[in-house]
Amino acid sequence: MPFLVLGIVTIAFLITTVTKGDPLTAIVAEQQMSNPEVVAAAKTRWGLDRPLPERYMIYLGNLLSGDLGTSFITKRNVGTDILYRLPATLELVFAAMIFGTTLGIVLGVLAAYFRNSLIDHGARLFALLGSSLPVFWSGLGLLFIFSVMLNWLPGPGRVDARLALPPGITGFLTIDSLLAGDWTVFKDALWHLLLPAFVLGWTVSGTISRLVRANMLDVMSREFVLTARAKGASEFRVVIVHALRNTMVPTLTVIGYSFAYLITGAVLTETIFSWPGMGSYAVEAARALDFPAIIGVTIVGGLAFLVTNLITDILYVVANPRVRLS
Amino acid sequence: MSAQISSAPPGAVDKVGEREPLLSIRGLRVGFRKAGSQFEAVRGIDLDVAKGEVVGIVGESGSGKSVGMLAALGLTSKNAVVTGSVRFNGDELVGKPAREMRKIRGARIAMIFQDPLSSLNPVMTVGAQIAEAVRLHHRVTRKQAMARAVELLHLVAIPQPERRVNQYPHEFSGGMRQRAVIAMAVANDPDLLIADEPTTALDVTVQAQILAVLRSLQERLGLGLVLITHDLGVVAGHADRVAVVYSGRVVEQAGVSELFADPRHPYTRGLIASIPNLEESRERLFSIDGSPPALGRLPGGCAFHPRCIYAAARCRTEDPPLHDVGGRFSACHFATTLPPFHSAVLAAASLDSGDVAP
Amino acid sequence: MAVVVTKSRSSTVPEWLTAPLVIGTVVILFWLFMTVFANLVVQFDPLEMVARRLQAPSWAHWLGTDALGRDVLARTLHGAAHSLPIAVLVVVSAVIIGSLLGAISGFVGGLTGAAIMRLVDVTLSFPPMLLAMAVAASLGPGLGNAAIAMVLVWWPVYARLMRAQVLEVKEREHVEAAIAAGARPRRVLFTHILPLCWTPVLISATMDLGQVVLLAASLSFIGLGATPPTPEWGSMISDGAVHFYQWWIAFGPGVAILTIVLGFNFIGDGLRDILDPRSD
Repeated sequence: MPFLVLGIVTIAFLITTVTKGDPLTAIVAEQQMSNPEVVAAAKTRWGLDRPLPERYMIYLGNLLSGDLGTSFITKRNVGTDILYRLPATLELVFAAMIFGTTLGIVLGVLAAYFRNSLIDHGARLFALLGSSLPVFWSGLGLLFIFSVMLNWLPGPGRVDARLALPPGITGFLTIDSLLAGDWTVFKDALWHLLLPAFVLGWTVSGTISRLVRANMLDVMSREFVLTARAKGASEFRVVIVHALRNTMVPTLTVIGYSFAYLITGAVLTETIFSWPGMGSYAVEAARALDFPAIIGVTIVGGLAFLVTNLITDILYVVANPRVRLS
Repeated sequence: MSAQISSAPPGAVDKVGEREPLLSIRGLRVGFRKAGSQFEAVRGIDLDVAKGEVVGIVGESGSGKSVGMLAALGLTSKNAVVTGSVRFNGDELVGKPAREMRKIRGARIAMIFQDPLSSLNPVMTVGAQIAEAVRLHHRVTRKQAMARAVELLHLVAIPQPERRVNQYPHEFSGGMRQRAVIAMAVANDPDLLIADEPTTALDVTVQAQILAVLRSLQERLGLGLVLITHDLGVVAGHADRVAVVYSGRVVEQAGVSELFADPRHPYTRGLIASIPNLEESRERLFSIDGSPPALGRLPGGCAFHPRCIYAAARCRTEDPPLHDVGGRFSACHFATTLPPFHSAVLAAASLDSGDVAP
Repeated sequence: MAVVVTKSRSSTVPEWLTAPLVIGTVVILFWLFMTVFANLVVQFDPLEMVARRLQAPSWAHWLGTDALGRDVLARTLHGAAHSLPIAVLVVVSAVIIGSLLGAISGFVGGLTGAAIMRLVDVTLSFPPMLLAMAVAASLGPGLGNAAIAMVLVWWPVYARLMRAQVLEVKEREHVEAAIAAGARPRRVLFTHILPLCWTPVLISATMDLGQVVLLAASLSFIGLGATPPTPEWGSMISDGAVHFYQWWIAFGPGVAILTIVLGFNFIGDGLRDILDPRSD
């Protein structure tokens, strides 16, 4: 784990320094590039004139004190920028996780229970579409259908710009507005969240439902399912309480892994839905060759992934009585 | 084994008529449809179980004995077609709505299965599973149900039940798990308990303990008990009456002492002859030639005729019905004319000629 | 006893020849054909203004025209040439690099093996899109650079897969026999172990072809892959996002990506059924 953290930091640093992209183009205006004084001053200011190992050590030192460097574009601390953007992304990813997990489990259970029926084929196709559709296209399409053609849902963005926002406590607009008792903002934020969260959640529902289906088929053929039926338990109880609970351990693992895909998808979904999160920040930074910002986002993304895996491992132990004891 | 046979209560069969029938199965058939093909696993089973009676159902694996009982309880898979009549306390179960079947299953009729390893849910504590059985049929609190679970574990002689209720199945030994399964089955004081090969997966020493637990519960609670087994020894020691099943049909039904003393079906004779016997030492153990027919590929006429040493021309064309042979039943054309039975003789005859079966 | 056993399925069609496999193959063959012959069969030049700007679909232009008056259908069909070859190149490079490093790690073990696997672990702990973006951005825009970025992101997947395979095959008796007979390590690895390790790599690589098409389009969509005026699907959808109300601009390229991803998925599933019948 500590090794992975150091590895992530190092790779992120190497990517942007070793490769040939010239950060100066991002700092210095084009007409000034021929002026050696300006270029030299910029190099000194951003520390680009120092040798690589020294820059790396400075970078590590700064990281340890929580300093991710200063963005070339916003001229603010990258850490501050990311912290400001992070809650929006987390809110989107969590909502997508809820959508994706629910969808995946429901479809997987239905497909397994009605094996080889129309429901099974339909559920599998829907799940397969989720993992095959480019989110930046399905997002556009659904936005066009639900917002423009049907006018059921609001357009892009996180909330109606005319609304006064509640004080930020958690950074999650839906939760903050609830805490402040502001129903108008809550409703608006929720409506804005619905479509991007669905589009993003759909992408991971396929993997989850595939796994749930396979595990359910296995579990439903075991004798304890028959025992539960012989006890007089209803089919719903047999499927949900007895069978599904036995598939939760592997499902939990795949949900944890899905997180990486959700972050990947969030980058594109945020761009389509003008979502003011880390993903759109990363895209802006990448387009502008804002290297401190790119490194910062990549590191935070990698660390978030590590943390999720750690949480998955912990939940795995908690959910599995056999592992728990040994 | 012969000692056990003689210890079976004499005249147990006589009582059958006086007892009130608890379960009455007539002409039960179970067919399966799968990927375009179909076959019948059960081809007409008739069986009665009286209150407090122990009935053994004997047959080889795949003979349809388990499927038949599962079908009676409505536990067969969705692609099964069940016809015939299953009356429980006079109430028809075949075609009964699922919701009403659930009220009977686990409450009035309980069933336990072969493999105690897999018949308990691995992610629920044993106590929670027993408590669930209680709460499915009685409006009691979680706490009351758990108290009942402790009581039930005590009933099946599990030591330290207060501690054991909170453990998971993998912390139990095989015999203990089967006790827990039995405790779960009798949680709601059922009238009938169907035990499907309850001891097959267990060590021999544990088998005897489990059967003892079952018998003592049966006597104490006045349960009707159906023992499904491939082991005639189990039946000889514990059943009042026996039904022998071959290829999805009952081929012989009789009181346990009558059946062992004078079997009236060649298949039953073969089964009895192949019980290992400690007193009469034989050089080789008798076995019935051939193997049971694959379902869906039954021979014409009597299903047993290709393996039968008494088979005649008639047996190849005409399937004999189960008929009354003086208060007992056999499905053999020659039920009344079969030669006197002596297992050793039969075995010797089979061994000498080698190829008595056509 | 009326016991009937009937087989409804005709025995002339082999078990492995499933509808998805056929559909997937047809779809991929179509796009391969377009990759090579698009300029022969497509009526309009993908780079020239051929009609008025932002025209809705019509008989003349089935998928309409974009903001520069170019035919969207022609651009979509030509797009295959800017997508499939790159995907194949990326997957093949990743398979070669990943398998080689994975095989060395599994076969040699020790410090080298451990070092390779640490590199794999670290690389795989980045969300792939973010890492690809960072690499692509620092290399500068362009499809070639995007391809390099994707190889760097993708090789560890095969390294892990290959290492697991090699570790398993290494324990088999014929390998131990070869070692006992004095075969040199390189020979053992290349003639006795590797030939038995390809099945999962092949299945995985087939499925990944679709995912790489998707990732390449994603990079182009955010401006890090293909540069205008290349008729690349991702950047076409990006155009479509700018002209949001002209839905047809993004329609064609989206369908193209979707069918390719689905197609490779179906073929991969089919391959698994044929090559590795035990699984699933």
